[in-house]
Amino acid sequence: MTWLGSARRWWVVFLAPSFALLLLFTVVPIVAAGVLSLFEWDLLTKPEFVALGNFTELAGDRQFRAAVVHTLVFIAGYLPVVMVVGLSLALLLNRRSRLAGVSRVVFFMPVVSAWVAVALMWRWMLNSRFGVINWMLSLVGIDGPQWLFERGWAMVSVIAVSVWKDAGFVMILFLAGLQAIPADCREAAFVDGANPWQTFWKITLPLLTPTVFLVSVILLINSFQVFEQVWILTGGGPLESTTVVVEQIVRNAFSFGRMGYAAAMSWILFAFIFIVTLIQTRLQRRWVHYGG
Amino acid sequence: MADSPLQVADRSIVLPRKRAAVRLRRSAGWLVLGVLGLTMIFPFAWSLSTSFQGTDRLLQVPPQLIPEAPTLDAYRRVAEVIPLVRILMNSIVVTLSVTILQIITSALAGYGLARFKFKGRQILFLLYLGTLMVPFQVTIVPLFIGMSRLGWLNSLQALILPMIASAFGVFLFRQYFLQMPDEMEEAAAIDGAGPWRTFWKVAFPYARPVAATHGILAFMASWNSFLWPLFIARDEQSMTLPVGLASLHGRYQTDWNLVMAGSVIAVVPVILVFAAMQRHIAAGLLLGGVNR
Repeated sequence: MTWLGSARRWWVVFLAPSFALLLLFTVVPIVAAGVLSLFEWDLLTKPEFVALGNFTELAGDRQFRAAVVHTLVFIAGYLPVVMVVGLSLALLLNRRSRLAGVSRVVFFMPVVSAWVAVALMWRWMLNSRFGVINWMLSLVGIDGPQWLFERGWAMVSVIAVSVWKDAGFVMILFLAGLQAIPADCREAAFVDGANPWQTFWKITLPLLTPTVFLVSVILLINSFQVFEQVWILTGGGPLESTTVVVEQIVRNAFSFGRMGYAAAMSWILFAFIFIVTLIQTRLQRRWVHYGG
Repeated sequence: MADSPLQVADRSIVLPRKRAAVRLRRSAGWLVLGVLGLTMIFPFAWSLSTSFQGTDRLLQVPPQLIPEAPTLDAYRRVAEVIPLVRILMNSIVVTLSVTILQIITSALAGYGLARFKFKGRQILFLLYLGTLMVPFQVTIVPLFIGMSRLGWLNSLQALILPMIASAFGVFLFRQYFLQMPDEMEEAAAIDGAGPWRTFWKVAFPYARPVAATHGILAFMASWNSFLWPLFIARDEQSMTLPVGLASLHGRYQTDWNLVMAGSVIAVVPVILVFAAMQRHIAAGLLLGGVNR
């Protein structure tokens, strides 16, 4: 039913609260960030118009470039692993069993917990001298590294902890995808003598490509915004080997009081996300099978 | 086709060896699941254990999973070194306000977009969708400046107000109200109810499933939120749990029992809510994946 007559004017009342807040706290700031990126401003002195100065400076900013590279390295490590782990979990749990229900709860605990809290848990466990991980390694004769304070290992740790936290989330997305696949497809393959390995590659995976696409889009958008785990686990160290884009935004806004510069960075971040999502959407025709 | 009687018969007669193989694979699957499940739980168990450990026993080798002399010292000290009750209250007030206001404003706006025809409705809807594409980090610097100009740094309203308008929530409610049967509203209209009363008596109760899933997502996001509070509420009197936890770690780097006690306090409420409303969460995350 659509409201007509004198009732139709009520739409204003229904939309006003939400829209006023959206305008004030989302739309205006987005536009303001664009304007702000053209200024140099420390909040104390008068803002100074620098046109595209911030962007040209960004292009030559080694720290920012390093942060972009680290973000990409993070994505390159995190994305494939979390997708494989999440999909494996979904395949293992895609059956009716009480144990499967319990397992879903277990794999969800990291997903619902605050990043700050779980990152601190891992920071304690990865402590090089008193952490339980290195103690366990010592039992099998391995002298564990200083996980969060060694170049290389620091990024590996950040990726591993991120996979640990998000695997359950990826799992639930894939479970939904798997449950949409008609059972007789796989049964037919079974009867034809295909082993599970063949069934997975020839039947399940092709039918699952729409979900794979959706999951990869979501994860990619999220992982460009990686921040909290880095902030708590490594703080960008050691020797700035794990700095990431959002962390650079925070540092420039806070520590260096460069509001315009930070705003310019946030636009670059947006551009990255936008372009990558666009490319993904364009490429999907080549490998995603939509049924029907 | 797959389940024609002949083939079903085939399966049970010809494939006893295959059966054994299936059983073996099943057990192998559960084994893998068990190991991964332990990996998920262990960090929580370990932090819980550490939080009950006395400071003098933290650095012993080998570490103990079950504390020999469990103590609540760490929890007591957390309450001494940071205003824990205040911080908890802040987190509760902010989370509940954001969740409730987000549900109400989103439901109202979703209803407005779904059940009224007015000029610019399409553009308004596209505007909502458009803001979903822009990462929150773009708005953060202007928001921060705006808040400090208003003198709202370290205030709860600065934590609440910008988080209320949810384009994603509006989208969910709109989709749901679009498929609401006309008869429900018509019955109310015949009784003389206007749009406002019809919304509260008929439409909002109808949309309870969306309210539940969206509410849980909003609750988790708000309770765990770190980036915006880190910008806006660093003062002990206005900070929420994740920021309090980060500052606790900043000050007491090596007192891991203290930090783990804080982590446990931050994680337990959200896990309880999750356990209580598990069904809605799985569905909610499916919907919410795009908007994490």
